[in-house]
Formats: sequence, C-alpha cells, structure tokens
Amino acid sequence: MSEDTRTPLLEFRDINTHYGAVHILKDVNLAIYPGELVCLLGGNASGKSTTLKTLLGMVTPTTGDVVLDGEVVTNQPTSYRVERGITMVPENRRLFKRLSVKENLELGAYLRKDKDGMASDMERIFEMFPRVKERLNQKSGTLSGGEQQMVAMGRALMSRPRVLLMDEPSMGLAPALVQTNFELIQQIHADGVAIFMVEQNANMALSIADRGWVLQTGRVVLDDTADALLVHPELRASYLGDAGGH
Amino acid sequence: MTAATQPNEYVADEPTILPGKAPLDQDWADVAKWGAIGASTMIFVVLSGMLTGLDSRLVIERVFSLGYLAVVWVPLTLGFLVAREEVLEGMASHAKGANEVVSGGIVGALSGAGLSLLILLMDSFDLRDPLVNWSDKTLGLLQFSEDSFFGIVMWAVIGLLLGAIGAGLHLLTPDMRRLVKIMVVTVLFVSVFETFLTDLFKGFGLVFITDFLYAARGGLTIISTIVLAIVAGLVAFFGKGRVKQAQTRINAGAVEGGGRTKANIAMFVIGGLLLVILPIFTGKITNELLANVGIFLLLALGLNIVVGLAGILDLGYVAFFAAGSYTTAILTSPNSPGWSPELPWWVALIVTIGVAALAGLLIGAPVIRMRGDYLAIVTLGFGEIIRLLFLSDWLSPWFGGAQGITNIPPADFGFFEVKGTDPRSVFYLVLALSAIAIYVSWRLERSRMGRAWMAIREDESVAEAMGINTVNVKLMAFVVGAVLASFAGAVFSAKVGSVFPSSFLILVSIIILVVVIVGGMGNIPGVIVGAVVLIGVLGGPKQPGLLQEFSEYKLLIYGALLIFMMLTKPEGLVPNARRTRELHQDEFLQDAWLRKQVDEDEEASEAELGDGPTAGAPA
Repeated sequence: MSEDTRTPLLEFRDINTHYGAVHILKDVNLAIYPGELVCLLGGNASGKSTTLKTLLGMVTPTTGDVVLDGEVVTNQPTSYRVERGITMVPENRRLFKRLSVKENLELGAYLRKDKDGMASDMERIFEMFPRVKERLNQKSGTLSGGEQQMVAMGRALMSRPRVLLMDEPSMGLAPALVQTNFELIQQIHADGVAIFMVEQNANMALSIADRGWVLQTGRVVLDDTADALLVHPELRASYLGDAGGH
Repeated sequence: MTAATQPNEYVADEPTILPGKAPLDQDWADVAKWGAIGASTMIFVVLSGMLTGLDSRLVIERVFSLGYLAVVWVPLTLGFLVAREEVLEGMASHAKGANEVVSGGIVGALSGAGLSLLILLMDSFDLRDPLVNWSDKTLGLLQFSEDSFFGIVMWAVIGLLLGAIGAGLHLLTPDMRRLVKIMVVTVLFVSVFETFLTDLFKGFGLVFITDFLYAARGGLTIISTIVLAIVAGLVAFFGKGRVKQAQTRINAGAVEGGGRTKANIAMFVIGGLLLVILPIFTGKITNELLANVGIFLLLALGLNIVVGLAGILDLGYVAFFAAGSYTTAILTSPNSPGWSPELPWWVALIVTIGVAALAGLLIGAPVIRMRGDYLAIVTLGFGEIIRLLFLSDWLSPWFGGAQGITNIPPADFGFFEVKGTDPRSVFYLVLALSAIAIYVSWRLERSRMGRAWMAIREDESVAEAMGINTVNVKLMAFVVGAVLASFAGAVFSAKVGSVFPSSFLILVSIIILVVVIVGGMGNIPGVIVGAVVLIGVLGGPKQPGLLQEFSEYKLLIYGALLIFMMLTKPEGLVPNARRTRELHQDEFLQDAWLRKQVDEDEEASEAELGDGPTAGAPA
C-alpha cells in the first residue's frame, strides 16, 4: 500500500477505541483510496461495527486519527463528515419504516441545500432502481427486502457520497437477492463511488472487491489484495470453508 | 377506497359464502371465555358503583337510567363480538344464521348470570366492609325492587335477549345495521348530552325543542325517543347516498393532488367561523367547557410535537405548563410574593414564551441524550421536581409555596377583557392561540425540521448517520413543545385567577398524553378530536366535562379507552389520510402477494405433475 502515492480518501491512523474499559479496536490502520471497492472481513465481535461507527463519528476513538481527504476529522460530528462525503447504508437496511420512500430519499439528502441537484440525483436513482420510482409514495416498511435494499442504497446516494460505507449488505436477504445486491454495489462503484463494505459473506465480498482486511478481536490480521485473500490458506480455513466458492 | 389510482390496481373478488353452521356447532371454549369476560365486567361495573350512582340520571323517562345503561351494554356488545367472523380477503365466510344468535344468546346469558350470581351472593353474605357498593340500594336496583328470585331470573333473561340481539345484528345487511346503529347512537347522544343540548337550544331560542325532547325530571320521554329514532333513521336512510358521494369526491381530489388540501382549508375556514359565532349563542356551561378544551388543546398540540413527531416520550410535560402559569402569575399579579411588576397580560405572555423556551432548553439539555424508557422516567422525575420547587418553603418567597399566587388580574386587551367569570372571552382568546399553535404545528410538520423529527422517531441512530444533529433537533422539539404549553399556562392563569402547585400534578401530564394518543399521535386533526372528546366529554383532571355524572369514573374510562385504542386502533381516532392510505395499501399488498404466492405454487405443482419429479433448482 505504501507504493500508492495518491491521498487516501478515508484513513484510520493507529486507531484505538474503547467502550468503557473494554478495548475494541487495537492500533487499526486502514486507507481507502478514491474509487476503490474494499471490504473488511471479520467474525462476530471482531470490531467491524465499531470501525464503521468510528469512521462515521458516532464513536470517538481513544487515540489515533480519522482522516478524511487529508483533513483530520477525529473530533468532528457525524453531520460534518456526511457533508464531506461519507455515508452509510446501515445493517438490515433500517429504513424509516413509517415514512414514504420519497421521504426516505429526501432524508438522505438532509444536509444538502441544492434543490436542483437533489432532483437530478433522485432521477439518477430512479434510473438505477426503476422499482423505487414505482413505490415512491408507499410506506417504506411495506416494501420487500430487495426493494428496501434499493431504497437504503438510494437514500445513501442522495447525499452524493464519495465513499459509501456498507454494513453487512447481504445480511437478511434471500440468497437470490444477495447476488443482485452485489451487482448493485458494483454498479454504484462503477459510477466512481468508493465503497467500504463490511461483510460476513467473505467469498462474495472478495469476488468483487479490490482489496480487503481481516479483523480479529479488534486487530487487523490480514491486509492484502482481494485475489490474494481469496487464496489465503488461513482465511480459507476460517472464513471461506475448505470447499471454497461455487 | 383510494386504491383505485394506485399503480398496481387490484380489485377484490366477492368473498365466497359458505352455508351457515348448525346452531349447536359452537366453539364452546370461546363462548365460555366471552361469557366469563361479560360476567366479570358486569359485576365490576355494578360493584364500582355505576349502577347506583348513575341511577338518578334518566336516559328514558321512568324506563331506563344511565345506571342500567352502564350495565346492559355489556351483553349486547359481547353478543355482537362473539358472533363476529374475521374474514380476510380471499377467505370464505359463513352465512349468518341461527348459529350466531345461539352463541350470542349464550354469551349474553352467561354475562347476565354474573349479576344473578352477584344477587345470590349479596343476599347471603355481607361484604359491605371492603366493598362500598355492597349495599341494599344496589341489591334493590339489581332485583328491580322485587324479590331476589325475580332478579336472578331477569338478569339471565335480559342477558340472553341482549346477547342474541347483539349477535342478530350480523343477520342484517350492512345498510340495515348502519341504520340501526345510527338510530341507537342518536337516541343515546341526545339523552346523555341533555345538559349541553338544553344549554345550546336555549341559546338559539329553541326551547320548544328541549321541552318536547326531555321530561321534567330529565331523560327523554318515551314519545320523543320514538320520534327521535324515526327521524334519525329517515335522515340516515335518505342521506346515505350523499355522504358516500361527497366522500368519493373528496378522496378523488386527494389522489389528484391539491383537492384534499383545498377541501381541508375550506373545512378549517368554515369550522373556524362556526367556532367564532357559536359561543355567542351558547350558555356559560358550554363556553366554560369549550375554554377548557382549548387550554388542553394547546397543551396537547405542544406534546404532539414532542411525542407524536419527534417520538420523545415526555412524561413531565406539565412542568412547562406550570412554568408558563407561574411566570404569567408573577408578572401580572399584585399579590406575587417576591417580585411584582404587574405587567399587562400580553406583555407577560411575551416574557412567558421566552421563559418557557429557556425552561425547555434547561430541562431538555440533560434529558435529551437519553433514549426510550430512560428518558421517559427522567422526564417524569423532572415534572415532579418542578412542582415540588413551586411547593417548597425554600422558594416560597417567590412562588408562595402551597398558598400559590392569587389575585391574578384578567387579561386586558383594552377593547376586550378575558376573565374567568366570562368563559366566552376565555374561549375567544384560547381560540386565537390555538389557531396560531395549529398553524405553527402544521408548518413545522412539513418543514425540514419536521422531517428530521420523524426520522428520529423512526430510527435515531440512522437519523444521526444521515447527518441530522439529533441533539439539537430534539432540543428544538422540547422548546417548541414548551412554548405551546406556556400559551396554555398564560391563559390558565388569567382564567382561574390563581395558581397553586396542586394544579400541576403528574396526572395532568398523563391526561395530555392520553389526549394525544387517543386522538392520533403526530396528527393535528386527531389531537383536536382527542381534546374535544376527552376533555370536552369526559373532563380534564379537575375540569368537569359534558358527562359530569361520570366524573367519578373519569380515570377509569380514560384507562379503559387508552387500552381499547392501543389494542384496536393504535393510529388514533382520526388517523391522517396518508397513513390510512398506507395502512390500506399494506393489507392490499399483503393480499396481492398472497395471491401471487398461491398462483406460483399452483403452477409449480402443475409443472411437477406434468414432468414428473425433477431435481429443479430451488426458487
């Protein structure tokens, strides 16, 4: 990674995070470059969610810095970071269920003031997900799982992010939808948005990612290209299962 | 009803009707369950004293009192409920007949038997000590002034008949059922609201109507009951088509866009004009009632923003009401113990608003970082702390302790004076402030802030992740709520003329909350209806309502209503149009989805039959 001379879009510098006395993240270093698709793998309680919360500013690290496009934002609130291009698609979609699809999308653009830009972004989202347009005035809680995922992604895209954080995008989706979902992620990525994905489905995630990290009890234990990770013996044994992919 | 223009149009098939069940083909466990519920409800009503306490209030002259009404609705309702069949779309239903009447009758008879049992027990044991209403008077009323055997038999028979009638309502066509319902409701309405209607008709100089309707000792006469039922039936019968037409027209407008808003604005203007004109004709009782409704409406509108929109369960809301009342009292009353600037009311109102906003910030700031249950408990504590501060000896040099602050002058606007002895003036003031509060709520709901509130209500963490500064936005909800409560407080001071810590009990917070919940959280028309129905009809914590006879059971009814609403209509009495549409869409999608599922299964099984068992890929 050191050979990369570009400025990282988003960076963790020696991050340590505690919840009370519990040490969650231990000296974590991450760097996401513009337009990359990277994934963070790890089992339960490995610190994946804390990583996302720290990136977004919902948790403040004890030591270390979060750097956004060269600017240290460690002590800046979430709203500041969202305004500068980080957005999250939360685990299990978590739409505002009793609000309409339209209201959900509008809330994604909460911090934006340019009405015209918002309208054209909404059009772009409709192009990407025609189903969302059909359901525009429907209460979002009544949508199917796949549709909800589209709305959740659309909502995140409404803030015009430079890097999209995705928390377990395939969680709770039917197997057939997981594939579609990863295609959507690739589609967004092809639009030039950097994607930082936290996933349990290591095979699927690595198959579309450029690079990946493996987090174990709060420490980064593996850091390599996706292709290298896919054939990494330890990772194969612990996450991918011996049989490997399909 | 509005599904017609939804993208995926779907017309429901007529439900299949199966032949009726045999009379004795009953779900006996269910019948027994409803019977037991009925019996215990009736015993509870009698022992809580409603039968005795409300007996002197007649519904129909000499025949039927409010006390008996409080009892006999039970078998009728339960008979109706037990015979009800829940038919989901696409499911077959049974033809209604003897089976339903039998089950209703049995449930009714079991319910009535509860009172028969009570007579037997009252005859044999004396439990006067724990049970106040275990009295000869109650027993006498239960036995219809005859012997106990007569009473025992009568209640079983009355229960049987009413239960069967309740169940029999299912045999009528929906139109007929509606007609019967309207007739019964009209008669009950006119007789129960006798005081109010007498006052109203007197104001319009229509005393001859009241003379005709009501008997000298109160209650409808037998003749007027019959006439009333016939008139209501005729109006309902001939008016039916028109109401439907108007409804479809309004709904069609709603879907097209601006129509609904225009219709709503027109309704608001007409309603507003009526409210301005009406109090000129109505008497003191009605105006007093309207003034109380207005004060609680202001409070409820404020709490609606906090609870309904932002989803912050504030159980100490009364603190802001108290802060508003006390600020106005101190600033205007010459008797204010500490500092007494004796400002005019409207100047005091401006200061009061500022103080309330500050109170909102001060109480909100420490509380707002908590969520859910914790927040509710802490606000509950703050509500009490504020009241105890006003009550304390420590601060009594400023707030007067238990003696409170008295001699608060009327609100003087030069051309118009608002004082408690003239409830009409209070009503006008409250009407003006309510109009402001409604407008502010309405605008806020549609603003960026309103959307942020709703997002926080739905999912606070995600709202934060969207970049909403949740702490500030929630604080704003607290401040706006506090300001609206201070309006109510300022009017309350001028109306009552004195403020005491005992006016600001936790009960006030709870009652405002019930008004918001019963009306429909996050929904302005709902809150208005909630305030009218609960405060106007049942009465506020210390204010009498239309049903003065029930004031002893006010809290019981509040509780029962709250439970009932939560179970059956959680969206409130007046769910807003959009939500209803969504709810209907919900059901409708469910059905469409089910139908698709069934079709696919059928296709799959047909394919399987044709091709033989193949190792097909799982769907």
